[in-house]
Amino acid sequence: MAVGRQPARPVSEVKLLARPTWTRGLLSWLTTVDHKRLGILYILASFFFMGLASIEAFLIRLQLTRPGLSIVSPDVYNQLFTMHGVTMVFLAIMPLGIGFANYFMPLMIGARDLAFPRLNAFGFWVYFLGAILLYTSFFFGGAPDVGWFAYSPLTSLSNNPGTGTDYYMVGLFIGGIGTLVTGMNFIVTIINMRAPGMTLMRMPVFVWMILVTAFLIVFAFPPLTIALFQVIMDRSFGTLFYEPAGGGMAILWQHLFWIFGHPEVYIIVLPAFGAISEIIPTFSRKPLFGYPIVILSGIFIGFMGFAVWTHHMFTTGLGPVVNTAFALTTFVIGVPTGLKVFNWMATIWGGRVQFTTAMLFAISFLVTFTIGGITGIMLAMPPFDALVQDSYFVVAHFHYAMGGGALLSFLAATYYWFPKMTGKMLSETLGKWVFWLVAGGFYLIFFPQHFNGLAGMPRRIQTYPEGLGFEFWNVISTIGTFVMAVGILLLLYSVILAFARGEPAGNDPWDGRTLEWSISSPPPYYNFDEMPVVNDRDAFWAQKYPESVHAKPVEEEFEEHGIHIPGQSWYPVIMAGALFIGGYALIYNNWWLGILMFAVIVIGSYGWAFEGIGGHHIHPEEKEA
Amino acid sequence: MVRWIFRVAALFGLSAALSSCVFQGSDGPQSVLHPAGPVAQEQIDLFLWTYYLSWIVVVAVGGVLIYSALRFRRRPGDDSIPPQVHGNTTLEIAWTAIPVLLVIAVAIPTVRTLWRTEAFAEPKEQDIVVNVTGHQWWWRFEYPELGIVTANELHVPVGRRVILNMTSADVLHSFWPMKLAGKRDLIPNQNNQLWFIADESGVYLGQCAELCLGAHAYMRFRVIAEEEADFEIWKGKFQDLQVQQVQADPLIEQGRLLFTQKGCATCHTIDGYAEDYSIGKPNFPDLTNFGLRLTVPAGWADNTPENLAAWLRDPQEIKPGNRMPTLWAESDPNREEEIDALVAYLLSLGRDDQQQAQASVQHLGVGGNHGSR
Repeated sequence: MAVGRQPARPVSEVKLLARPTWTRGLLSWLTTVDHKRLGILYILASFFFMGLASIEAFLIRLQLTRPGLSIVSPDVYNQLFTMHGVTMVFLAIMPLGIGFANYFMPLMIGARDLAFPRLNAFGFWVYFLGAILLYTSFFFGGAPDVGWFAYSPLTSLSNNPGTGTDYYMVGLFIGGIGTLVTGMNFIVTIINMRAPGMTLMRMPVFVWMILVTAFLIVFAFPPLTIALFQVIMDRSFGTLFYEPAGGGMAILWQHLFWIFGHPEVYIIVLPAFGAISEIIPTFSRKPLFGYPIVILSGIFIGFMGFAVWTHHMFTTGLGPVVNTAFALTTFVIGVPTGLKVFNWMATIWGGRVQFTTAMLFAISFLVTFTIGGITGIMLAMPPFDALVQDSYFVVAHFHYAMGGGALLSFLAATYYWFPKMTGKMLSETLGKWVFWLVAGGFYLIFFPQHFNGLAGMPRRIQTYPEGLGFEFWNVISTIGTFVMAVGILLLLYSVILAFARGEPAGNDPWDGRTLEWSISSPPPYYNFDEMPVVNDRDAFWAQKYPESVHAKPVEEEFEEHGIHIPGQSWYPVIMAGALFIGGYALIYNNWWLGILMFAVIVIGSYGWAFEGIGGHHIHPEEKEA
Repeated sequence: MVRWIFRVAALFGLSAALSSCVFQGSDGPQSVLHPAGPVAQEQIDLFLWTYYLSWIVVVAVGGVLIYSALRFRRRPGDDSIPPQVHGNTTLEIAWTAIPVLLVIAVAIPTVRTLWRTEAFAEPKEQDIVVNVTGHQWWWRFEYPELGIVTANELHVPVGRRVILNMTSADVLHSFWPMKLAGKRDLIPNQNNQLWFIADESGVYLGQCAELCLGAHAYMRFRVIAEEEADFEIWKGKFQDLQVQQVQADPLIEQGRLLFTQKGCATCHTIDGYAEDYSIGKPNFPDLTNFGLRLTVPAGWADNTPENLAAWLRDPQEIKPGNRMPTLWAESDPNREEEIDALVAYLLSLGRDDQQQAQASVQHLGVGGNHGSR
């Protein structure tokens, strides 16, 4: 194994900055390369931005409670729904999945860390600073107001002279770099750093889904980056890709955006599928039913994700041939999705189902996602799509798919993995309340929106006249936000309570099945003091109950090298900071600042490359002996 | 076990029935569930077919899920390990077939309806052709064969196919006459086609469905479907326009003069306004025969003297974000008098008498058969 291998020959080192060695305090978090710490940073940042997006959503709902309200102006309203969408998709739910993957994927495959720890730190800081850049737009002349998919030509300089659009383009451009390097890091890690005996078909499904997600990231982000770059060129250098007066082709943006945007849906949802595929077996005390089918259908969904993008564009006049083709490819995705649901249900069948909060969230996910999938099939019918596209029916649909599919299952994952990350249990009594308030609030908010969509209420309008039949369900929907908000606040309280006087979790509170439960909670900074050897799926279960799965005894012997702990580094946060400041240079066309930051990046990558191996070796088994 | 299946099925059946009631009961003037033309009818029929099919899926999935979760719940003190079943090939094949069959059952009618409603329509003699241009935040309707240009209210004869050729002058818009047909986007540098037929006379609501910033929420329109004879009368009002003479009513005459004095004519066209008056300013709403309009501005409020006056007094108050300038300072002593004059003039355009437009609103009713305001 690569872990712990010594370099064969000395490497040249250029010490611009000494490797920092803080183990606690703010600076240790700034310079950390530990996947667990970065995972926690990702999760905290995601929840922070989710909080901001929720406040935005709350204002949106207040404004729509009654016809003709003016709690916010149309301009502010446009900024609110744009930032709500951008934040939830790019800054909250996607990084939440990445955060859980960062923390648990190495633990589940028995690895010491990700393949490229410094790149991982870079990925986090670029995402975080890109997000901060996007949010500073509120203080500098207004946030983006063009919707989260920022359709051209609304984004052209002639239609949108403010800087909000520049913040959108540059913020996503920078954030996308972070996501891209993280995707590559995940792929290399999963392919190369599995513990002995962890063959691909013994990997936990969560790891499999992260692998598929990582490939989706690597293939989906380049088209988005190109599109963003075109708009930046249009706005900063006067090119005419999307300027209608110069013959610009508005529809090109939609193609490029959605060939990224649809895979993005699966980048968000597949990690959630993975988490569900761990939680349901654990609380049913049974292995996942149809493991290879669940994995293959995940791969198939990921692959088909690239072949359905124009179902977001059925009303743009692409013609009946294109609409037929993409309707059919979209229907096809219904089959593997249905298979997954059936296999999850079969996992529950015949098990010993324990209704923990995590399991309740997982079950609510199954129902919610099934409904979201069904409305997805309905919207895949171009004739019906023409009737309700851009109405609240669509809003309800994608909140069922993303809010129900991703958010509910990440809340399940939070309850499931919180004990492992902190060593404390979340209160199950409060947990039940959190579940009913959040899931109940979710249904109150979004189920009525189906009715309003069918009643002809378009999305993205800040007000509507009386007498169109939208009134009743809008009130119900707004009431739902209050219910859900109470649930979320209760969750926060529950987390604080757990830290203050939560029960200690022990190594394995749920009788878990995968390797992360075999080590202490929270895990030691070196993860495994003994390299785990895997001889079955659900490796830890097979160790605990070998007779139940007829596991073969471990025979493989291998040499222990000790554990290599990678050294901390300043370069990731410096490079991310340079991209962050350089982003402002691009927004305000301040080329001197841009050149300066480019110089920092060049020097920084030089210093990074020749920083040397760093770190140290430890031998925990000797230490304890 | 049987008892549980019944309970779960009853629960889901009840919610199915409830939800069906709720949405069948929603017959607001913009509801897509009660269409008024063959195109929208086919589109919603497709939805209803899938809707009933999907209840079978929801009841089956939800029922089995809840049943199995309850049936196999861990009893207190039970620490036994259930058989570690890894899968079953027969089952997998069976439940691959189920979604495949469902998808085929949805796909066949989808493709059939798609080609019936979205295939390119070659204009025929009988058809009404309209060029639609989307502007921030109003609609321009041009009847090239009839020589008519108007804004925000599309008059069509009942029973004849209406073919819209659509494009945008600025950003994306989407034309959504939900009772008559699904929407189609208006895109600059691109021509899109949408067609529909109105089965019965009536005023059908619609609005822009693609974010266009500013006054997007207020970018509404009406489709006014009329019997052939009424459509001919409307058409005649445009085709037989006379050059306006000095008006007998002094208030109307004052308004007519104000139309140029206050600068209205810089942007807006009134065909036949004066002898040497140039018409055809395509980037601003055409006000020819404005008295025939049912609404002001762009479908937001009824075209009453009070609403029109409020609109002229403070356009940003009525339609925030729009580009109509505020013509009078609040301190302007002539404000109310001039507004009255302009209102009187504008509402006289195309009207034989003051009551006609009001009468036609009541005669037609909003939303055709269903619901009236």
